[in-house]
Amino acid sequence: MAEEKKVYTRTKGILPDTVSGFCPGCMHSTVHKIIGEAAEELGKLDKLVRVEGVGCCGLGQFYVSCDETIAAHGRAGAVATGIKRSSPDSLVYTYQGDGDLAAIGLAETLSAANRGENFTVIFINNGIYGMTGGQMAPTTLLGMKSTTTPLGRKAEEHGYPLHMSEIINQLTAPYYIERVSCDTPQHVIAARNAIKKAFQYQLEGKGYSIIEIVTSCPTNWGLDTLKSLDFLRENMFKEYPLGVFRDGGEKKQ
Amino acid sequence: MAERVFMKGTEAIAEAAVRAGCRFFAGYPITPQNEIPEYMARRMPEVGGTFVQGESEVASVNMLYGAASTGIRAMSSSSSCGISLYSEGVSYCASARIPMVYINVQRGGPGIGAIQPSQQDYNQATKASGNGGFRMIVLAPDSVQECVDMVYEAFDYAERDQNPVLILTDGVMGTMMEPVVLPKMKSDEELAKCREKFLPRAIIGHPLGQQATCRPGSVGGGQEEKNIAAAELYKSWDKDIKVEEFMMDDAEIVFAAYGISARISRAVIRELREQGIKAGMIRPITISPFPYSSFSNLDFNRVKGIIDVEMSIPAQMKWDVEYAVYGRCPIKEVLRSGGQLLTNDQVKNGAMEFIKEVL
Amino acid sequence: MERNLMIAGFGGQGVMTMGKLLAEATSEATDLNVTFFPSYGSAMRGGTANCFVVISDKEIGAPVSYNLEDLIVMNGPSLHAFLPNLKPGGNLFINSTIVKDNIERKDINIVEAPVTQMAIDIDNPRALNVIMLGVYVGATDAVPEEVIIKGIEHKFAAKEKLIAPNVEAFKMGLEIGCKQKL
Repeated sequence: MAEEKKVYTRTKGILPDTVSGFCPGCMHSTVHKIIGEAAEELGKLDKLVRVEGVGCCGLGQFYVSCDETIAAHGRAGAVATGIKRSSPDSLVYTYQGDGDLAAIGLAETLSAANRGENFTVIFINNGIYGMTGGQMAPTTLLGMKSTTTPLGRKAEEHGYPLHMSEIINQLTAPYYIERVSCDTPQHVIAARNAIKKAFQYQLEGKGYSIIEIVTSCPTNWGLDTLKSLDFLRENMFKEYPLGVFRDGGEKKQ
Repeated sequence: MAERVFMKGTEAIAEAAVRAGCRFFAGYPITPQNEIPEYMARRMPEVGGTFVQGESEVASVNMLYGAASTGIRAMSSSSSCGISLYSEGVSYCASARIPMVYINVQRGGPGIGAIQPSQQDYNQATKASGNGGFRMIVLAPDSVQECVDMVYEAFDYAERDQNPVLILTDGVMGTMMEPVVLPKMKSDEELAKCREKFLPRAIIGHPLGQQATCRPGSVGGGQEEKNIAAAELYKSWDKDIKVEEFMMDDAEIVFAAYGISARISRAVIRELREQGIKAGMIRPITISPFPYSSFSNLDFNRVKGIIDVEMSIPAQMKWDVEYAVYGRCPIKEVLRSGGQLLTNDQVKNGAMEFIKEVL
Repeated sequence: MERNLMIAGFGGQGVMTMGKLLAEATSEATDLNVTFFPSYGSAMRGGTANCFVVISDKEIGAPVSYNLEDLIVMNGPSLHAFLPNLKPGGNLFINSTIVKDNIERKDINIVEAPVTQMAIDIDNPRALNVIMLGVYVGATDAVPEEVIIKGIEHKFAAKEKLIAPNVEAFKMGLEIGCKQKL
C-alpha cells in the first residue's frame, strides 16, 4: 500500500480553525494565505508585522496570525514607517486597498515610497470601495458604474484611473515594484513568489517594495464570481497590465 | 547639583525628551515649534534614535502611532492648527491605548490664526483632542524648567496608563530662554524596564500563539467594554491632579490662570500684596484632570472675586472655573489673543478695575 | 529689583545676539533670574528684529513688557515704534550713527553712542552690538562688566581669535557708557 504523503498544509500564518468570511469570489483570503506562506517559508512568521488599511483590508485581522495593527484610513505608509524605523528586525508589510492607498493615503503612500522605507506594501486594487458599499475608487475604470458614479465613471468629471505602480515607478528610491493577480493558480503562485521576493528584499535591507494585486469584487461590481473573473481579465488587466516594473535585484545581475 | 544652563523652551523640551528616553520623533515644520524637530534631527542620531520629517502633521502623528506601538518612547510636537491635524492619530492612540507624548506649542487661532503665542487651544486640549470622547492627562508648564520637568515625567504617565499625554505650552514658553537644570539621561537598562509592561502588546513580531494586536477600534464588537475600561482609567486620575495654590491662605481676590498667564499673574499678585491687596492664585498644573475642588472648596465668605487670566478670546478655562464656582462669586476675565502678549501691567490694570468693584 | 530691557533694530545688526549674550552671561555668572524673549515673525532677511531681556532678583512674570526700564534702539523705525513703551524715568540708548531724530520726550534719560561708526573705525563692523552692550552695561551697571566679558569668552570659545576683538569692542562701549552713568 502506498504511503500517504502530505502535499499541502495550511500556513501557520493564518489562524487555525478560521473560515473565510469574505464574499464569494473575493481574493482577500487567497492573498492572506500566500502572505502567510511567504513569511513562513522565510521562517519569519514570528517577526511578521501587519499594518492594515481600512476597508475590507481591515477584515484581515480576523484571519491572519501575526502581530498586527490597524492604521487610520490611508495612513498605513506612515504607521509602517514608525514601526519599521523603531523595530528594524521586524518584517513589516502594509495591506491596503485602492481607496486607502491611492486616494486618502496618496501622500503617505508616495512619501514612504520616495523615502525608500524598508517595508513591503501589498496593494489590493479592485477598482472600487468594497466595505462602504461600492463607491468610486481612484482606480475605478472609465465607464464603470459605482454607487457614486451611477452613470459610469466619466473622464471629464472624475478624471482617469490612477496607475499606482507606474506612478511609484517614477520615483528613484523604490527597489521592487510588481503587479500581479490571483485569478488563476499560476497567477497565485506568481503572486506568492512576488511577495516572498519582496519580503526577502526587506530582510536584506534593500528598501521599499510594492506588490500591486489586481483583484475582483464580485459583490460591488454586481457580477457573479465567474463573470467578475472575465471582467477582471478583459478590462482590469487592460488598464492595469501585469508585470514587473522594477526589480532592483534583477538589475544588478 | 546639576548645572544650570540657559536654554530656549523648545530646545529644552527636546533635550528633556531625549534624556527621558525618547528614541523616535516625527514632526512637520510649523512656527513656533520648529526648533523641536530641528533639535531632534540633530540629536536623535547621537543617541541611536530616529527622526523622521513627516510629509504632513497627519503623517507625523501616524508615524508616532506606529513607533509608539513598538513600545519605545516616542514623541512629536506641533502647534495649534497642526495639532488639529493630529486629532486622528491621537484618537487612534487613545483608542488602542498606546503610550505616547506630544507637545502643542500654541499659537493664535482659530484657523491658521497667528504665529504669535496664544492659549487658544484649551478646550481642544482638555475636552476633545479627537473624536470619541477620550481623555488625556494634559500638563501645562509655566516656565522653561517646568517644560523640562513635565516632558520628563510625561512618558511615565503615558506608560503607566498606556494612553497619550499632552504638554500644552505656548509660543512664549517655546521661544523664550531661561535658566534650567536638565534631568539626568536615562540609561538603556532603565528604558528597557520602562518598556517591559508594554512589550507583550508591542507590534514587533511575536512567536505563534503570543501575537500582539493593536486595536484602535472594535470591528468585531467589544467597543463598549473598551470605553468602560477607559472611563475607569480617567476616573482614577483624581490622584494625579496637580495644582499650585499661591498665597491662597487669606486671599480675597483669586487669580485663575495656567501656563504663561499664571506666571504673569504670580508677578502681579506680588505687586498687589505690596499694596495690601490680599490676592492669591489657583493654578491648574494638570489642566486635565482639572482641579475643580480647589475652586469649589473656596471660602466664598472670604473670596470676593475671581480673575480669570488667559491668552485667549473668548475665555476657555473660565468654563471649568465657572463650573466649580457655581455662581458663588463674580468672575472677571482678563484676556488677550491674536498674538497679543499679556504683560504684567495689562494683567494688573485689568485686575485693579475689578478689585475696585468687588472689594 | 527687576529690569525690563528691549533691544530693537534691523535684522543683521546683531540685536538678537546682543540680547542673548547679556541674558546668557547673566544666567551663567549670577544667581539672578533672567529671561530672553525674541520677537518672531515670518522669516525675512533684512526685516526688523527685536528682543526682550528681563533680569530680576525675583521670579519673572511676563518676559515681555511695554513699560520698559531700558530701551536700546539701533535704527530709526525702532525709535518711533517703541519709544512710547519706555516708562517715565526710563533709559533710552541710541545708535547715533543712524538715529538722528530729535527726541521730544523730556521724562527719560538718553545715552547716545555712534556704535555703527565706531565698529567701522575699528575695522570690525559686525561688533556694533557688542559696543552697544558695553554702553548699556557701563551706563546702567545692570550686571558687572566681568559677567559680559566671561560671556564673550564662552560664546567664542570655539573661535578663540574672536574673543580679544570683541572684548575690546565691549570695553570701548563700556567707556562711553561709564561717562554717561545713569
